[in-house]
Amino acid sequence: MSQIVGTQAPGEVPGRLRLDRITKVFGSLVANDQVSLDIDPGEIHCLLGENGAGKSTLMNQLYGLLQPDGGQIQIDGVPVRFDNPRQAIDAGIGMVHQHFMLVDVFTVAENIVLGREPGTAGVLNLRAARQRVRELSRRYRLEVDPDARVEDLPIGVQQRVEILKALSNDARYLVFDEPTAVLTPQETDELIEVMRALRDEGRAIVFITHKLREVRAIADRITVIRRGAVVGEAPPSATESELAEMMVGRAVSLTVAKQPPRPQGPRLQVEGLTVTSPDGVVVVDDVSLDVAGGEIVCVAGVQGNGQTELAEALLGTTASNRGRILLDGADITRRDPRGRLRSGLGFVPEDRKADGFVGSFTVAENLVLNHVESFSRRGVLQLGRIEENARRLTEEFDVRTQSTTTSVASLSGGNQQKVVLARELSRPLALLVASQPTRGVDVGAIEFLHQRIVAERDKGTAVLIVSTELDEVAALADRVAVMFRGRVVGVVDAGTSREVLGLMMAGVPHEEALAAASVTTAAEEEARLEAEVAEHVAELTGHEPQEEQHG
Amino acid sequence: MSTTIRPHAETPAGDQPVRLESREERTHRLSVGVLVLLVGVLLAVLTLSTSGTARFALSDVFDEVQLPTLSLPGLPVVVLCALLCLLAGAGFVVGRLSSRLRALAGTVAGVAFLLGFLTWAAAGRDLPFPVSNQLSGTLTLATPLVLGALCGVLCERAGVVNVSIEGQFLTAAFTSALVGSITGSIPLALLAAVAGGVAMAALLALFAIRYKVDQVVLGVVLNLLAVGLTGFVFDQLVQPAAGELNDAPLLTPVAVPGLSAIPLLGPVLFEQNALAYLAIASVLLVWFLVFRTSWGLRVRAVGEHPEAADTVGISVRGTRWSAVLVGGVFGGLGGAFFSLAATGSFTKEMTVGNGFIALAALIMGRWHPVWATVMALFFGFVTQMASQLQTLSTPVPSQFLLLLPYVATVVAVAGLIGRVRAPAADGVPYDKP
Amino acid sequence: MAERRGWAVPWRDVLITLLAFVLAFVVGAVLMVVSDAEVSSQFAYLFTAPSLALGASWDKVSSAYAALFAGSLGGIGPITETTAQAAPLICAGLGVGLAFRAGLFNIGAQGQAVVGAMVAAWIGFSWHLPPGLHLLVALAGGVLAGALWAGIAGVLKARAGAHEVIVTIMLNYVATGLLAFALTTTAFQRPGRTDPISPVVDWNATMPRLEGTRLHLGFLIALLAAAAVWFLMERTTSGFRVKAVGLNPDASRTAGMSVPSTTVLAMLLAGGLAGLAGVQAALGPTVAGTPTPLSAGLVGSIGFDAITVALLGRSRPVGTVLAGLLFGALHAGGLAMQSQAGTSAELTTVLQALIVLFVAAPALVTTVVPFLRARRASLTGTTPTTGGLSS
Repeated sequence: MSQIVGTQAPGEVPGRLRLDRITKVFGSLVANDQVSLDIDPGEIHCLLGENGAGKSTLMNQLYGLLQPDGGQIQIDGVPVRFDNPRQAIDAGIGMVHQHFMLVDVFTVAENIVLGREPGTAGVLNLRAARQRVRELSRRYRLEVDPDARVEDLPIGVQQRVEILKALSNDARYLVFDEPTAVLTPQETDELIEVMRALRDEGRAIVFITHKLREVRAIADRITVIRRGAVVGEAPPSATESELAEMMVGRAVSLTVAKQPPRPQGPRLQVEGLTVTSPDGVVVVDDVSLDVAGGEIVCVAGVQGNGQTELAEALLGTTASNRGRILLDGADITRRDPRGRLRSGLGFVPEDRKADGFVGSFTVAENLVLNHVESFSRRGVLQLGRIEENARRLTEEFDVRTQSTTTSVASLSGGNQQKVVLARELSRPLALLVASQPTRGVDVGAIEFLHQRIVAERDKGTAVLIVSTELDEVAALADRVAVMFRGRVVGVVDAGTSREVLGLMMAGVPHEEALAAASVTTAAEEEARLEAEVAEHVAELTGHEPQEEQHG
Repeated sequence: MSTTIRPHAETPAGDQPVRLESREERTHRLSVGVLVLLVGVLLAVLTLSTSGTARFALSDVFDEVQLPTLSLPGLPVVVLCALLCLLAGAGFVVGRLSSRLRALAGTVAGVAFLLGFLTWAAAGRDLPFPVSNQLSGTLTLATPLVLGALCGVLCERAGVVNVSIEGQFLTAAFTSALVGSITGSIPLALLAAVAGGVAMAALLALFAIRYKVDQVVLGVVLNLLAVGLTGFVFDQLVQPAAGELNDAPLLTPVAVPGLSAIPLLGPVLFEQNALAYLAIASVLLVWFLVFRTSWGLRVRAVGEHPEAADTVGISVRGTRWSAVLVGGVFGGLGGAFFSLAATGSFTKEMTVGNGFIALAALIMGRWHPVWATVMALFFGFVTQMASQLQTLSTPVPSQFLLLLPYVATVVAVAGLIGRVRAPAADGVPYDKP
Repeated sequence: MAERRGWAVPWRDVLITLLAFVLAFVVGAVLMVVSDAEVSSQFAYLFTAPSLALGASWDKVSSAYAALFAGSLGGIGPITETTAQAAPLICAGLGVGLAFRAGLFNIGAQGQAVVGAMVAAWIGFSWHLPPGLHLLVALAGGVLAGALWAGIAGVLKARAGAHEVIVTIMLNYVATGLLAFALTTTAFQRPGRTDPISPVVDWNATMPRLEGTRLHLGFLIALLAAAAVWFLMERTTSGFRVKAVGLNPDASRTAGMSVPSTTVLAMLLAGGLAGLAGVQAALGPTVAGTPTPLSAGLVGSIGFDAITVALLGRSRPVGTVLAGLLFGALHAGGLAMQSQAGTSAELTTVLQALIVLFVAAPALVTTVVPFLRARRASLTGTTPTTGGLSS
C-alpha cells in the first residue's frame, strides 16, 4: 500500500477528514490505541473489525459523543474538537447508527427535524417540517411518508429515515455503523446502491462492519482494526480468509467440521402455532415445523419476522393463541416455562443480556439459574454443589473468568454466552432452542460454540437455531426454515443458495425464488469471475487495483 | 444486480397486519367484565335497601334561576341500573362485542353505576341530592389534582418520574400560607407557592438528573423531607405566632359576569375561585407546550429516546431540567389550593395524599394533559360525592365514605386502565455512552 | 468493569454514611437557627456584635443536639429507649428492603403496620388466653394481617399490572381510615369512652421486658427477623428467586421462574414484617409496663421511616439493623430534644430524609467534602492511572 497511515502531509486531498492517533481509555481498557484513519470525499472507506474491536468507540469520538484522551481530529488539516454531536453535525459529519436513533412514537417528519425544528417563536411548524422531508426524499430518491409513525415502519424504511436525518444536515462525511445487520440481502443491495450514489456525489462514506462479504462488495479502501488498534489496510480485492485473518489475528476456519446428520424420529412438533403481540397483531402465523432428534433446523429470516416470538412461544414466556407444541409426543402447550424446561427444553435467548442471565449474579449462580431446585434440599441451597458445578462447567466450556464468584456482567460477551450455553447443555436435553447463539461473540468463541451445538446434535438432541446471519445458517443447518411476516415461507435443504434464501426472506415462495435466482446466478457468476481475475492480476503485478486510482 | 422482485417488506405499512385478541387484551377485557359484573351485583344487593323516591336538586337556594328538583322512583331505577351493569359486564366477559360496542357498554355501565348508586343513596332521604353542588365541588376538588397531574405530565414526558408531587404540594401550601399571612396579598402568596413548588422540583431535578438517584426512592424521600421541613418550621416558627403567620387570605369564588347566570352550568363552571380558572387555562397551556412547540418536541424526545436527542445535539439534561422546573410551577400552584382556596391556613400534612392521586390521574390519563385532567375530574367527583353523601345520612358510615377516593384509585389502577405505555425512558437517568 | 468485592468497599460506604450524617446535622443546625425567631433576630447585629448571634446560635444548636444525644445514648434508660424505637423500624425496614430486592417499591409498610397493630391489639385486649399462647397468637395475627394487606397490592401487581407504588400508598390511607372507623365501634372502643381509644392489652399478650427499662422481647424478635431474612435471601431457593426476579425479571421468566408468584410471595413476606412492626407498637410495653392502647396515632410514621431505614441499610439485613438502630436513636433523642430543648421532633424527620438523600448521592457528598475527592481514586480505583487496583 502506498497510503501509509499517519505520514501523509495534511490537506493533500481536499476535504480530507483525518483521525490522527486517536486514543481512548476506559478505566484499564484501552479502547482505541493511537488509531489513525483518513476519510476522503468520493470514497467508501470500510472499517472492518470484530465486535468489541473499538470501531464504534472511534466513531463516537468522531461524532462528538465521546472525547478522545489523545490525538486529534482534523478537517482539511485543521484540528477540530467536538464536545457534542451538534458541533460534529455542524462540521458536516452524519451518522447512521446501528441502533437507529429514532423516536418510535414520533412521525418521520418530527424525527428528521428534531434538533433543528422549523417554526417561529418556538411554535413548531409541522407543515414546513413535512415539506423539508418531501424535498429531501425527492432529492435523494429515498421514498418515505413524512406523516408515518416510525414504529409502524418496516426496519428497512426506518433506516432510510435515519439516512435522511443525517442528510438533512447536509452531511459531507457519512458514517454507517453496521447498517446491514437488520436487512435482507436484497435490502442490503439497495443500501449499497444508495451508498455508492452518495459517494459519487462527492461525499465521504465510512462503512463499519464485520461482514467480510459486504466489505468486498463495496469498499474503495479497507482499514482493519483489532483490539483497539489499526492492524493495517487491505485492498478490496483481498479474499475473505485474508480479511478474516487480519481481523482475528490468526487463521480461522469459516466452516464447522460436522458429520452429516443422522436424524431420528421427530422430537419437536409444532402444529399451527399462532402468537399475537400484546396489542393483538399476529406475529407468528400458523407455523408448523418438525425437528428430528439429531438434526439442526435453522430458522432464517430478517430480524422482526416472528422468529423471536416463535422461540419465546416454544419456551412459553410468550403465550400462544392457537396451535400445539409436542415434545417427544407429549403436548406441552399448556405447560409453563418451568415445566417445559424440566421436560428437557434447553433455551438460549436472543438477547442474552436481557433474558439470558442476571448480570449481578455470580457465574456460579447463573450456571444454575433455571434449575436451582436440583441444587437444593428442602428449599435450602447446597452452596457446595453449586460451586462444584460452576468449577466443572467453567473448565469444560473454557469460560474465562477470575473466579466462579465473579459477576457475569463483568465478563466479555463471548464468555457470557458460554455461561448461558454451558448452563443449558449441562442438563439432559430433548430439545435445544438457541436464538442468535453467536451474536456479539468474537470469532474464536464462535467456532467453539458452534462445535458444542453440533456435539449436542450428535447426542440425539433436536436443535432449533434462530439466526439472522446467513453465514451462521450455512455453517450449522441441516435444514433451513425461512420466516417472513410470521409465516414459514418454506423449509429447504442446507445447500440452498444464499440468493434463494435471500428472496425467501423477502417473502418469495421457494419455487419462485428458485426461478428468479437462476436468472441472476449467471450475472453473479460473471461478477465473481471478474473479481477473481482482478485478484489474480493484482497478485501477479504486486499492486492493488485500488492503488492505480490513487497513484 | 438484476433482481426485479421488490421485497414485500419495502412497502411501508402496505397491507394491514392480521389482528387477533392477545393474552393481555383478553385478561384486560375479562377483568373489566368481572369488575362491571361485581358492580352490578353490588347494585342488585342495594335494591334490597332502596325505598321511596330519590330527589335530585338541580339548583341550590341561592341560584337566580331555580330549576326543578328531579324525582326518580328509587327501586325501579336501581333495578334498571343493576340490570344494565350486569348486561354490560356479561357483554365484556362473553367477548362478542366489537371495540366500539365495548366502549359503549363501558360508558353505559359507568353511568348506570353512578345513577344507580346515587339513586339508592338519595332514595327516601329527607334532603334531595344537590347535583349542582356535586358538580361545582368536583371542579373545585379536582383543581389541585389537575395542576399536580400537569406537573407530572411535564416531568415524566421528559423522562423524570415524579413521585414527589405530594411534597411539592405540601411545600407550596406552606410557603403560600406563610407569605400570604405576612403580606396579605394573594398574588404574592401564589408567587410564593410557585417558588416552593419550583424549589422542590429543583431538588428532584438535581438528584434525579445530576446524581442519578433512583427516582421513585427519591420521590419518597423528598416527600418525607417536605413533611419534615414544613412540620419543623411550622412547629418552631409559625405555631407560636399563628395569628400573624398562619392567617392567609382566602381565595373566594369569582363569578364571571353573565356566564355564571346560566342555569346549572353557570354556577358549576363560572363561579369558581381563581385557581380553578388557572387550572383550566394550564391544561390548554401544557397541551400546547408539549404538542405544539419545539421545546415540547424536545421534551418528548428526551423522555422517549434520550440518545436520539443527544445525537442531534439536544442537551438531554438541560431539557429535562427545564421540564421539571416548569412542572414545579404547576405543582406549586396546585399546592396553593390547600392553603389559599380551602382553609386559609396551613396544617401539618394537609395535602393527605392528593399528590399521589394526581400521580394516579397522570398514569391513568396516559401521560396526556387532557386525559389526565379527565381522570383528575373523576377523582374530584368521587371525593365530592363522598362528602355529599355524608350529609344525606346514608347507612354507610362516614369514615368509609372518606375512603372512597382511595379505593376508587386502587380499583381504577388495577381494573380499568389495562396496559399503559409510559414514555420509554421514564425514570431512566441518562448516561452518556 | 471488574468485580469490586474487596475490603475497601464497605469502608467507603461507611465513610459516606458518616459524612452524610455530619452534613445532615449541619443542615439541621442551620435550619434550627433560621427557624428560631429569637436566635435569628440576633443576626441583625451580626456585623456589630457577631458574638451575640453566634453565641445564641451555638446555644440553640448545642442544647438541642446535646438533648438528642442524651436522649438516645446517655445511659441505660435512653439506650433501651433507642432499642425500643429501633425494633419496629428494623422489622418494617426488613419488609421494605425485602420487597425492594424483589424489584418492588413497598411504600405501604405504614398501612401494613397499622393493620398489624389493629389485629394484634384486638386479639390482645378482647381474647383472653393463657400466658405465652396469648402473645404468640396476637403476634401471629398481626403478622398475618400485615401480610394479607400487602398481599392485596402483590396480587393486583401480579395479576393486573397495577403500579404497586400507587396501590400501596392508597392502601395506607385505607388502613388509616379503617382504624379510625374501628375505634368508633364497640369491638374496639374502650367501654365508657367517647374518644377513639381501645382497652389496654392483656398482660398475657404484652411483650416481656427487662424490668424498669424499655428493652423488651420485640428487639430480640427484630434481630431474629433480620437473621431469618438473611437466611431466606442467601440460603434458600425462594430467596434466590426473589433476588433474581428483582434484578432481572426477564431473565428470571426465561429461566422458568414465575414472576407473578414471586411478586406475591415477596409482598406477603414484606407485609408480614411490616405487620410485625405494628405488633411491636401494639404489644410492646412502655416505661409504665403496659402497652399503649390502640389509637389513631399509635403506629406513628413507622412505615414511612422504614423506607429510609431500608434505603440506608441498602436493603440488606445487617445494614437494616444498623440503620434501624441509628434512626431509632434519632427518634428516641428527638423525643428528648422536644421535651428538654424545646426543639420540634420533626427535625428528626428532616435529618432522616437528608441522610438518605446524601447517602443515595455519594457524588454530592464527595463534592461537598473535598478531601474525600482526593481519596476517592485510591478507594475505588476507577481512575485510569490506578486501574490495576480494581482487580
